[in-house]
Amino acid sequence: MSFEHILFSIDAGVALLSLNRPEQLNSFNGRMHEEVQEALRLVRRSDDVRVLLLTAEGRGFCAGQDLADRNVVPGAEAPDLGESIERYYNPLVHTLRDLPIPVICAVNGVAAGAGANIPLACDLVLAARSASFIQAFCKIGLIPDSGGTYALPRLVGMARAKALAMLGERLSAEQAEQWGLIYRCVEDAELRDEAIKLARHLATQPTYGLGLIKRSLHASLDNSFEQQLTLERDLQRLAGRSEDYREGVSAFMAKRTAQFKGR
Amino acid sequence: MPHTLAVHTHQAVCLITLQRPQALNALTSELLAELAEQLQRCASDDSIGAVVLTGSRKAFAAGADLNEMAGRDLVGMLNDPRQAHWQTITQFAKPLIAAVNGYALGAGCELAMHADILIAGEDAQFGQPEINLGIMPGAGGTQRLLRAVGKSLAMQMVLSGEPISARRALEAGLVSEITPPELTVERALQIAQRIASKAPLALRLAKEALLKAQDLDLASGLRFERHAFTLLAGTADRNEGIRAFQEKRRASFCGK
Repeated sequence: MSFEHILFSIDAGVALLSLNRPEQLNSFNGRMHEEVQEALRLVRRSDDVRVLLLTAEGRGFCAGQDLADRNVVPGAEAPDLGESIERYYNPLVHTLRDLPIPVICAVNGVAAGAGANIPLACDLVLAARSASFIQAFCKIGLIPDSGGTYALPRLVGMARAKALAMLGERLSAEQAEQWGLIYRCVEDAELRDEAIKLARHLATQPTYGLGLIKRSLHASLDNSFEQQLTLERDLQRLAGRSEDYREGVSAFMAKRTAQFKGR
Repeated sequence: MPHTLAVHTHQAVCLITLQRPQALNALTSELLAELAEQLQRCASDDSIGAVVLTGSRKAFAAGADLNEMAGRDLVGMLNDPRQAHWQTITQFAKPLIAAVNGYALGAGCELAMHADILIAGEDAQFGQPEINLGIMPGAGGTQRLLRAVGKSLAMQMVLSGEPISARRALEAGLVSEITPPELTVERALQIAQRIASKAPLALRLAKEALLKAQDLDLASGLRFERHAFTLLAGTADRNEGIRAFQEKRRASFCGK
């Protein structure tokens, strides 16, 4: 499959997936969805990819669904928005969340609608200082999808989640950082380099273990204390069997730099 | 040696692994026959205390073998040899634990439900999709499922053919634990080892009494339980078990 609306490459363990419909602020149409799905399939299948970096081209990050693609004709039958969520958005955020490797998102500009929530399904989110997050759904009678209603209260608390979701106001990257919605806000000119630096660093780390960390932290949001302790035991058992754990310990003992392979 | 199974014995536990990966462990008559045979062997082997049954990482068993089934007409179904194999599996008197990863669908789900204890990997899926083929479950799917998960969910699963996730299966009571998929078999073996260290006769009667609870009215069930409880008073292992407890040491059971 050749890509028209995204850029995709794999280099030194880092898969770079960049949304590329800059004229439309990288809003999703069917084709772009299919391409993102295909790229993520390649990531899942590849043994070489140890980190995924998601970003976008141009001045925006992603404006969510391309409404021109929706074609809601006044008077016509109501569209089934659940269908496109089931087909595209839910599998997308599921995949980002379930990938057993770190997923970094570099939000380079305005992130609106589903575009504001897709980063929240990633593990480490960097944003350019001029970027912003807008839960635009409420302005057109919809609810935050792509996991927005799940992530927002967990990240910023219910009071702020409700305000963001019901007012649909622009949240600056700085504010997003202060509220704990994202990991870090960086200067515009430095975003891409910072994100790539972070991705390259993680790609040399024990990524199998990082995947287990991700899995256990996700589970903690739903688990009881007791369930979580059991899961920690199980995942630590898996981690303890990894090559990287052996390498980590022996490098530590020998006071040398560990060479991790992600397994 | 069986063709469609791998059989390994770890101390007092026999691990039986369904092995038809090319067909997601679809349950052919041959496979069921071999499974029944292995269970009979385990039943008569005093060194085996419990059995763990599992499939692959991707599928416990994805159903019956459709080619085989399609070839049977009404008369063929009446004389279906599989019925005898299912009977043997049902009658297995020692603890049977299923370690389920991936798909447990149709006959695969029914086979898993023959186990006394179900441990599932987080990505396991349970379902009875027979209805999609214009047929229905024929090896306990409408009976054991309803008893395990209740009427509404059982009806929904059997009538719509939609599977449920491991988490849902845990909530509904179909499985007793879920684990990361990589550890499902290990966890099942751990439970089986623990069980296998108990007195065999007590295990057998306790299993039978628990299964009676599904078929009998409470008064009859309680009567059966009392008889079974009384029977154990005549065993050497009961004396050993109580004495070991009093003497604060580990009991050593002989199965008599």
